[in-house]
Amino acid sequence: MSIGLNHYLILSAILFSLGIFAVISRKNAIMVLMGLELVLNSANINFIAFAKFGGMNIDGHIAAIFVIILAAAEAAIALAIVLNIYQNYKHVNVDEIDKLKE
Amino acid sequence: MTPENLLNIAILITLLPLLSFLINIFFGKKLGKVSSYIGTTIMGIDLILAVTVFVSKVFNTWSEYLVQNADKSLTYLASDAMVQLKYNWFSFGRLNVQVGIGIDNLAAIMLVVVTLISFLVHLFSTEYMAGDKRFPRFYAYLGIFTFSMLGIVIANNFLFMYSFWELVGLSSYLLIGFWYEKDSASNAAKKAFLTNRIGDLGFFSGIMILFFTYGTFMYDEIFGKMATGLIPFDSGTMLTVAGILVFMGAVGKSAQFPLHVWLPDAMEGPTPVSALIHAATMVAAGVYLVAKVFPMLTADALLVVAYTGAITAFIAATIALTQNDFKKVLAYSTVSQLGYMIMSIGVGSYMTGFFHLLTHAWFKAALFLGSGSVIHQMHHSAHHFHDHHTDPQDIRNMGGLRKTMPWTYATFLFATMAISGVPLTSGFLSKDGILAGTMAFGNLTGHWLIPIIGFSAAAMTAFYMFRLTIVSFHGDFKTKIAEHTSENKFVIVFPLVLLVVLSLWFWYSPNPFDANAGWFAHKLAAPKTAVPANLQWDFLLTEEQKTAYAEKTSKAAEAKANIKEALPATAEGTELHKEAVAPEANQGAKEAAATESKAVGELGHQENDLAKASEHKAEEVKTEAHTTETAAVKEEHKTGEAAVAAHGATTHEAGNAHAEAGTHGGGHYVNKFAEEMHHFHVPAMILSLIIAGCGIGFSFLMYQFKLFNPDALANSLRPLYNLSYNKWYFDEIYQATIIAFTVGFGKVLAIFDNKVIDGIVNLTGWFTKLVGHITAIFDNVVIDGLVNLLAKVTSLFGAMIRKVQTGRVQSYVAFVIIAIIMLVYFLK
Repeated sequence: MSIGLNHYLILSAILFSLGIFAVISRKNAIMVLMGLELVLNSANINFIAFAKFGGMNIDGHIAAIFVIILAAAEAAIALAIVLNIYQNYKHVNVDEIDKLKE
Repeated sequence: MTPENLLNIAILITLLPLLSFLINIFFGKKLGKVSSYIGTTIMGIDLILAVTVFVSKVFNTWSEYLVQNADKSLTYLASDAMVQLKYNWFSFGRLNVQVGIGIDNLAAIMLVVVTLISFLVHLFSTEYMAGDKRFPRFYAYLGIFTFSMLGIVIANNFLFMYSFWELVGLSSYLLIGFWYEKDSASNAAKKAFLTNRIGDLGFFSGIMILFFTYGTFMYDEIFGKMATGLIPFDSGTMLTVAGILVFMGAVGKSAQFPLHVWLPDAMEGPTPVSALIHAATMVAAGVYLVAKVFPMLTADALLVVAYTGAITAFIAATIALTQNDFKKVLAYSTVSQLGYMIMSIGVGSYMTGFFHLLTHAWFKAALFLGSGSVIHQMHHSAHHFHDHHTDPQDIRNMGGLRKTMPWTYATFLFATMAISGVPLTSGFLSKDGILAGTMAFGNLTGHWLIPIIGFSAAAMTAFYMFRLTIVSFHGDFKTKIAEHTSENKFVIVFPLVLLVVLSLWFWYSPNPFDANAGWFAHKLAAPKTAVPANLQWDFLLTEEQKTAYAEKTSKAAEAKANIKEALPATAEGTELHKEAVAPEANQGAKEAAATESKAVGELGHQENDLAKASEHKAEEVKTEAHTTETAAVKEEHKTGEAAVAAHGATTHEAGNAHAEAGTHGGGHYVNKFAEEMHHFHVPAMILSLIIAGCGIGFSFLMYQFKLFNPDALANSLRPLYNLSYNKWYFDEIYQATIIAFTVGFGKVLAIFDNKVIDGIVNLTGWFTKLVGHITAIFDNVVIDGLVNLLAKVTSLFGAMIRKVQTGRVQSYVAFVIIAIIMLVYFLK
């Protein structure tokens, strides 16, 4: 059994689900961010898989590289936000940060 | 001088005082004392210009002249009678409203009168009004008064006349109420204004009747159209009514009975104002108006004018006999003299009426300025003694002023002689002319009451004027205030002297006993009457007018008769008749009748239309009428009275008049009245001399030599004395009748207002309130309910949706994911 497109997609789907699950269920903001990284990387796998098996060719690779750059930038900004949250709340529990409600 | 220049200077004369007004009203506070110098200088320039206009208009001949600009909106006209300018102001449908100015001899003389007296009063006031807190304001008012008065003078149409007429009323109001802190002054101002309005209402109605009939405001056009036979509503009565209504304006402005009550009260104003406005110029505006509209006054209107003047002259003279206030005596004397002028014009003696206006202006201004001089000194003197109770105007507090104020005394005495009609004064010339005119009128019409009143007023005038002079200037000082007076400065004395010099006879006529020898009588001949001959006194018609009228009526009658004869005749017959008559027709007579026959031809034409004759026949008959015309004229010329008598009943009267005039036929007299006046000249003069002498002598006996005791005389004639002293109770009568009625009527109206109008208003209010309440309920329940419902629904939804907003990021993400899954699921 050779590894085809479906395998990549299933891997990607599992990774995406795990990422979403992490984003929704984790209390810690760092963990939520890590979930987000999973989601982005699942998308990367999809791009690469389609580059290889679909007709995307080089476009898929370039998109994947963009996503990586975007993920880096996002991590930088998100971690800065998390630091600021920590300075204000002395914790980074996402479910307790609901002041926007009021 | 070209007519354009003359008119431009006249406009300049009028506008200069307005400049003085504008300067003094806007910069008065800064100018202070300087405003009087500005005002006086401007009036000096004005005077020089006015004299230029006067000399060039009156002593030059003005040949026929007509210039129009391209679109005919501006017309310059000149003739011996009047140099004038007409300007198309605006057009309104077919109506073309023209305005303009015109200078006739009357206006040229008035220009000098107004500017000279105004100049002297400006000069006089620099001293008299010095120290007044509203000094510049006074000069501003004098300026606007002079402007409006000159406007009246140079107007050649009723529209301008009326506008300036009202402006004059306004400035008079302002000046009478100049010291408005005094109640009496502000009341007098109101009284003057309101009384004048009554007259002006009539004046305005008169103008409207004329405008409705003639479609123009121009004097010359109205009179011209009237002379061709066009009269208001085709009714002689309406023409008389129009004349009387216009005359009502003069009744108000010239303080004639029964509207004379305002003038004596107007003496509350500063004395120079009394001299300028309420003695010499403004009150003369009424006389000026009557002189201007003289051609349109019918016999009946003239009779009303004459009697109004006579009654005024008499009543005012009787009141003046007993007054003790220096200015009140002069005021009533003014009313009386104005009555004289009006009476004079009313009897048809046009020239003497205006002549009296001129001479009266000089000596009455002198008298008033003299009284100002006296009052000024009495006032200062009373001030000196810190006496604020003694009335400085009461002649009983004066006496002996002859010694302290010689110049004032001398000029005052001369002016008194002039007004009393002593020979060698101008007053004698004019008054004598008026009395001769009234006698001529009495003789011609049988209205002898008018000359009788005229002579008795003359006697009283002489008496009360000398009473005034003797009581205030002769004898001993009655109070220490009088003793402390002294002669005034040059600026006060100079106007007096100048005015008195102008009251000498030789300015007007070389012969001190006959005004007809002078330039004035020649330059101011009465204008021809424009009224149809059957509505005018016989004796005011000229020879040509009578002839024309007689011919017109006889021709009309004859043409009518001929047409009736000719109508049934065949064409051939008419032809034959024409041939038979034509050679007889004299060429000269044809020409004479040419204009006349046109009118009659028209008449014949109308007659044809009425008879509904065929077109051809009508033409024939018209020719026939023309020919008969010429024949008739010829016949009349040959046989004179016999022919006239044959014309039948309608022409009989006119024919008689013609014949009568023919036998008198003096040649150089314009009309019968002028001739009659000439006959009565000497008797009137002798009578007036005797009567004035009696008045003066009686006055001297009573007050100078004290042969009679005035108080005893007053006691023996108590009711008459009281009647005179209380001014015939005019104010009281008006108070009790007209004013009480007006107030009562006002009260009735007030009740109506309070009950009915207010009731309606209140009912409306109540109803509105009720409707409001109903609307309010609807609003509260229905509209508010709807709005509230909407709000509640919205807030319900809001409450539901807000539960979603947890603020937790992770739940949002969960919602997003669920939504995406659902979207993907449903959109598949």
